[in-house]
Order: sequence, then structure tokens, then C-alpha cells
Amino acid sequence: MLAQQDSMAFRKCVQVLLRSSLAPLCHPGSTRTHPRFLHTVLRLCSQSQPNGSSGSKVLVHFVNQSGVKSSVFVTEGETLLDVVIKKNLDISGFGACEGTLACSTCHLIFEESVYDKLEPVVDDEVDMLDLAYGLTKTSRLGCQVTVERWMDGMTVHVPQEIKDQRGKQEAVSSK
Amino acid sequence: MKMMRMINLVRGSVMKIHGLSRASRCLAAEGGVRGLSSSSGPRVCIVGGGPAGFYTAQQLLKARQDAAVDVYERLPVPFGLVRFGVAPDHPEVKNVINTFTQTAQHERCSFHGNVNVGKDVTIDELRQAYHAVVLSYGAEGNRSMGISGEDLPGVFSAKDFVGWYNGLPSNKELRPDLSCETAVILGQGNVALDVARILLAPVEMLKETDITQNALEALAGSKVRRVLIVGRRGPLQIACTIKELREMVNLPNTRADMLPADFEGIAEALKDLPRPRKRLTELMMKAAKEGGDDKAEKCWGFRFFRSPVEVIAGADGKRATGIRLALNKLEGSGESARAEVTGQLEDVDCGLIISSIGYKSIPIDPAVPFDPRRAIVPNEMGRVQDTAGLYCSGWVKRGPTGVIATTMNDSFDTARVLIQDMEAGKLDLSVNKPGAQAITALLQTRGVRTVLFSQWEKITAEEEKRGKSLGKPREKPLDVDEMLKIA
Repeated sequence: MLAQQDSMAFRKCVQVLLRSSLAPLCHPGSTRTHPRFLHTVLRLCSQSQPNGSSGSKVLVHFVNQSGVKSSVFVTEGETLLDVVIKKNLDISGFGACEGTLACSTCHLIFEESVYDKLEPVVDDEVDMLDLAYGLTKTSRLGCQVTVERWMDGMTVHVPQEIKDQRGKQEAVSSK
Repeated sequence: MKMMRMINLVRGSVMKIHGLSRASRCLAAEGGVRGLSSSSGPRVCIVGGGPAGFYTAQQLLKARQDAAVDVYERLPVPFGLVRFGVAPDHPEVKNVINTFTQTAQHERCSFHGNVNVGKDVTIDELRQAYHAVVLSYGAEGNRSMGISGEDLPGVFSAKDFVGWYNGLPSNKELRPDLSCETAVILGQGNVALDVARILLAPVEMLKETDITQNALEALAGSKVRRVLIVGRRGPLQIACTIKELREMVNLPNTRADMLPADFEGIAEALKDLPRPRKRLTELMMKAAKEGGDDKAEKCWGFRFFRSPVEVIAGADGKRATGIRLALNKLEGSGESARAEVTGQLEDVDCGLIISSIGYKSIPIDPAVPFDPRRAIVPNEMGRVQDTAGLYCSGWVKRGPTGVIATTMNDSFDTARVLIQDMEAGKLDLSVNKPGAQAITALLQTRGVRTVLFSQWEKITAEEEKRGKSLGKPREKPLDVDEMLKIA
């Protein structure tokens, strides 16, 4: 029998493979997620080895919509969405589209020093971020941010009221 | 080695994967009438098995460990617009079905499909059986253009067209005639863009989606080569979002064809726009300027400042052959700009007209207050006006706009208000309510066959099996009788 954590990773792996084999990933002409899915599959497969995960442990603090803080040790290489799901953090409605850049519910606000060092954001992510409520200068989608060792000790916030911005596009600050 | 095993598992039966993931989550798997456990806890009934219904249920189950929630749905199958509204080439958006499935499989939740609330059972009967009832039945009607010729063959609502390619039983017989060269879509929201994209997308791409086979065959034989997407106001008021616009711009073998006159003054306004509006407008202007490959067989374009005034019938008066548009000018600016008539008219030849100007809720039961002007159930933060114990969430509460995430937050809000009312004693929880047991018994005496979630699982397995032989994720059965037979 698989251990709890391994079975979570395995299930995620299978879900990703299922998506990649059954769903049209390569939308005509878009810069979307096919390579990323394969990367995720390989990464998660390596994590489901019976002898434990391959990355080191990084401490991350999450502050949810009610201001409640959860501190968790996470594995290098996971996305912040993976972390919220795996650790079952109490953030309502997080990751509705399961990391496929089709919603903005994994919107997270970073500390400026951390934000500046993140991998640059691509158009597809900005397209969805533009719809997120409470957008800030240091906002990113959690499904696009991969945990790295230097993030040890960082704090990420969920916006106070998570709402979608559709229909209120002019209210988002122009930055 | 483990990788190969995983790949083989995926290639194997889908049910095995569902079973494995369920086992690893250690959920009580049976979908049945939950009348036995925690009979002293609050019992809530939800009318409507789409995103609003499931997200409301989810939040209620999480907030109260003693609550039992029953979801009633008119169709034998759950998930509402996620299944019948989201475009077939947007499967990622449908991932929310996984979280709804978890909710439906929760031991304190039960799903009852094929139940028509208002006809098979009344709201009053539900209110007697439950401590609270939440209306989440969405918007099944559509706003009409209110112009002459709207009922001619060749004119469809986007709601019906989308329902047709997504396998909604009531749109099975739509049979849109796609033998014309030009299609005109009224409205410029994301639904309008979905319709345009499905009309122009390469069949090689569509045939790998869960679009219905009959729609696929019709589109394979389609002669439509030009799609105009018409809006009353200007580029700065367009309602679609950038992801959908990008998909139009990136459509293979198509070029963009817009009118430079529509974009006068827009470049100057860019610098003052908030980022989302600015990026959207810039992309639109780029598409308008660059056009695309001249050799492209197909084209699409926005037409701004135009309102439909009449559908033009052919010589025999029997079908639509064009549309008469009134030219507008804009008063004011930004989101609140208004379209004013100029008196000028313009005729556009076309054989397919799709009106995408909004869905509309309808009243479900005379016992429920309804605001016909706004076409919603009047409410205060989700509490239905003047009716204790009755709540609403989703489009029937706020109107038919927004994406799934909008509905999610709205449903969470209603659930919170309901929980607050429970805790403040506004709902009398000391009275024992029979819940699903009573309603199921009532439905049985009326000859209504309910479909449980475990039976939906049979339907979805059959859909996936049929889809597999066609190279698609699933092939949906097109009528209710067929769904019931499989269940």
C-alpha cells in the first residue's frame, strides 16, 4: 500500500497523465502548458519513490483570507498550489482549475523581495491574474510558482476577499 | 518502471483510476439516501446541481460537521453549465468537476438527479422537509433582441447554440444550417467569442474534444468562413476577456478583419486605462492592424457601435438572409458609456445569426418571489426576500454574469449567511426534519425516477467508453431517456 503522501503524489501524477492523454493541451498557436505538464509528471513521479522525496525541506508561511497563518515545510520543486492541496491548508476554493491557467483562485501575494526573484511571468498567467480580485504589484498565481530553497521562511498572503474581477475590470489598479 | 506502470494504468479503464483516487482519499463512496447518520443535525436542500449548488454544498458541509445536504437537479446528470456551457476546447475549466465530485461523494451529501423542482415537487414541500432550501438553479432562458424576424429560421440564441454543441438534451434538434458564408453574432462577451471560435476552429482540433458527434459532423460540413461579432458600444466597452481574444487571434488559418474607423481615438485613451483593459485593448488593436495571413481561408472581426434592428428575410420570407444594424455613437466614456442612435443604418448579408446578449433566469415556483425586471430572485445577501428559510446562490441570485470563480465566491457568501442564521437561531433546528427520505418517498408515489450519484458514475463511465472509441474524452448521450437507461 502506498503511504498517504506518496499516494497523493501518485494520484496527482495520474490526474496529470489523464489530462495530458485525454485533453487537447496544445491549443492552436498558444504558448500553453504541454511542456509544463510533462515536467510536472516527471517531477511528481520522482517524488513518489518509496524512499521519500528528492528535494530539501523549505519553510513557507501561508496567511489565509481570514488572517490565519499556517506554517508548513514544503518540498523543493512543488508548486505552491501543490502545497496547499497536499497540506490541506484552509484556503477556500483554492485552485479550482487545478493549475491549468484557467482561473485566478490560486492568487497569492508575495513579499517584494521574494517577488522580484521569481521566474518572470508569462502572458497566459497575466491574462488570468488580470481577472483576480485584490491584485497587487507582487501578485502571482500559486500554480505557476515553484518552491526553491531560497524561499525558506517566506510568507505568502491570500487576498482578504477572494473574488473574480470579471465585470469590474476598471477597478483593478493600473500597474 | 513506476512510470510505465502509471502510463499503463492511464491507458487502462478510467473507472480503475477513479476507484484508485477515491480509495486514496478514503471517502465513503456510496451515493445514497443519507437518512441514517446524524439525524439531529440541520438538513439543507439545494435546488440545482451546477457550480452554485455544489459550491454552496461544499461550504455548508465544511462549516457544520452535523449538516446533511441534498442536491436536486432537473437533468439526470450533474454540473450544469460546467458540462453544458463551457466550450469543448476549454477542458481545463471543467476541472472543477473533480471538486464537485468529491462533494457529491461526501458521506453527508446526496445527489438526486432527474427531479424537476416546481413540477415533480414544490418548493413548499421541500421547505417542509428541510430546515433550509437554497435556490441555485441558474438561468435557463435568454434575453431576446426584441426585433422583428428574430424567430426566423437561421436565428439562434447563443444559449441554444452552445447547448447544441455541448449535448444539452433540449437543444438536440437545433440543426443549425451552416451552409452560408457569413455568420453574425450579436454581443461581444466570452460566450460570443466561444461561439465564433467553435464556428471557425479546425475540425482536426475539435474532433479531440468532448463536442457532440452530431455537432462535429455539422461543423465539418460547414461553409461558414466569416464571423462578425457585433457590439452596441466601442472597443473600450467590450465585455470579453483577454484569454478568449487571444484564442481568436491565434486561430489557425484565419485572419482578423476590423474597421479602422471603429478604433479612432482609442490609441490616445490607452495610457489612462487600468492594466487588464489596457492589455485587452492593445491586443485588439494589434489584431486590427496586423490582420494576419492574407491567404487565410477564414476571417473574423469585431464590429462596434452597431445594434440590431431587424432580421432581413429572403425573397420567400422563409429564412434569415441578413441583418439590419443601426449605427450608434457613444455618450460618455468608460464602462458607463451609453450607445445613442444616429439614425444611420447598415445591412449585412448573412445566413446565420446568433444572439449572445445574455442568459436569463425564470421563476421556478409561484411560492418564490421573483423580480421580472432584473430576472432574479429578490434577496438580501442570499436571503430570499420575505421568506424565512429560503436562500439563493449563483446566477439566480445576482444575474447571469461571471465565471465559475465568481459563482464560487458568491456561493460561499450564501453558505456563510445560512450558517450565521443557523447559529443565531433564525432557523429552528430543534425541529427534526425528514429531509431526503420524505422527498424520495413522495417522488416515488409520483412515478419520478431519481438518479443517484453512483448512477451518474455509470453514465460518465459509459460516456468515456464511447468517447474512447471516437478518440474523444467522452461522447455524451443526447437525450434524457438514454441517460436513464444507462443509469
